[in-house]
Amino acid sequence: MEDNIIICRCEDLTLADIRNSIKKGFHNPQEIKRLTRCGMGPCQGSTCRELLLKEVAVASGKSIGELEMTTFRPPTKPIKAKSILMEGDQDEE
Amino acid sequence: MKNKADAVIIGGGVHGCSIAYHMAKKGWKNIVLLEKGTLACGATGRSVAGIRHQFGTEINIRLAKESVKRMERLEEELEYDGSIELMQKGYLMLAYSEEELDLFTCNRDLQKQIDPKNLTEILTPEQAADLVPGLNLEGLSGASFNRRDGHASPFHVTQAYADAAARLGVDIRTGVEVERVIKEGNRVTGVVTTGDEKISTSVVIAAAGAHTKKFGDQVGLDIPVIPERHQVAVTEPLEMILGIMVISFAHGAYFKQTPHGSLLLGVGDPEHEVKDFNERSSWQFLYDVVKKTTFHWPALREANIIRQWAGLYDMTPDSQGIVGKTEVEGFYLDLGWSGHGFQLAPAVGQIMAEVVSGETPFIDIDCMCLERFQRGELIPEPACV
Repeated sequence: MEDNIIICRCEDLTLADIRNSIKKGFHNPQEIKRLTRCGMGPCQGSTCRELLLKEVAVASGKSIGELEMTTFRPPTKPIKAKSILMEGDQDEE
Repeated sequence: MKNKADAVIIGGGVHGCSIAYHMAKKGWKNIVLLEKGTLACGATGRSVAGIRHQFGTEINIRLAKESVKRMERLEEELEYDGSIELMQKGYLMLAYSEEELDLFTCNRDLQKQIDPKNLTEILTPEQAADLVPGLNLEGLSGASFNRRDGHASPFHVTQAYADAAARLGVDIRTGVEVERVIKEGNRVTGVVTTGDEKISTSVVIAAAGAHTKKFGDQVGLDIPVIPERHQVAVTEPLEMILGIMVISFAHGAYFKQTPHGSLLLGVGDPEHEVKDFNERSSWQFLYDVVKKTTFHWPALREANIIRQWAGLYDMTPDSQGIVGKTEVEGFYLDLGWSGHGFQLAPAVGQIMAEVVSGETPFIDIDCMCLERFQRGELIPEPACV
């Protein structure tokens, strides 16, 4: 069952993957993100961040508010390199 | 909690964890490693994690040779249950002037003199373009390449050392910050955490990057290290199109593709960076990195950038590490790697374990001691960003 529940769509991580990390002793969402890539894909954790936090909260007996949130990284939405280039070149002129 | 330790290591980056593992392997008991955040949350985890033989000073060439060898067998040696994501398809250094190419040629000669089996070769621009299809040849004088170089995952290398150290009995405590190092007479006697816990010990090894300066101040040592922000942008995962790591010292830019498919694009701006501990990424960087890397590799224009981060180099006056014992008894240093420290952690961890144990290290690191700055015996590394 846990193998069929997808937590992170971009990185194809299941509930079993996340629970395995927690079982290994990782009780900080940042650590799990760095070791599994959960939330590092193109959507930047828009779905999985909260699911991950909830799993860690349940396992560690803490409330979600007590956990260290994974970092929100710019630019939030994917931007084509050439668009950045175009905008920047205009500003330079 | 134990309040006595045979040794305390400050810093849970790749160097701290490698030292812990090598000391435990040597038979040290009761080692405590203190990390204020999580493992590899500082400079280590923010690194692009290149691995290369291609250095320009004797000491780094020796350290690199031994470290690459260990990286190749690291999963086995440490019995790691994951992958360190080592990609060993080569590392290409682009030269944008005849002088730069001459420097790379000198470096290659030195590398071969130290190790006749070294694989570094000097390439023409066309040969370089064979390795990176679509490479822009404009202004390119040539390149240095070593096919035994590459890159790995800094998180997994650190975790592999930490897991192995923990199995050997090292007490790794994350979320514990050292407030100060205590010195009595001319020797260290312990550390105090920000939680006001005291751990007595006669051995303190500081491996906390640019943060190490404050511990030096506390024991009366001037450690000339400053933080310098460098930043990385990440693309969406793409088909495997770039096996090698590419760097341009002239532009201060570098890029690689991880086995997972995303490309990591890095740039530093030493001239304009404020030298503080700011680890946040900036929007100016995004334009800078795209401008530079699409110059090298125009096909990148079509890639989507999905996220960016920043990290700190720990810069020293000669861009070389500060390693070994100090004038203060029991106080040891391993820091200041100025942007090329990740890859040298395997050899340096062993060296530190040997130094702390009072043995002669398997590579002589006297030239990297802290006193070199007072004596004016700098050893500038020409091959770094």
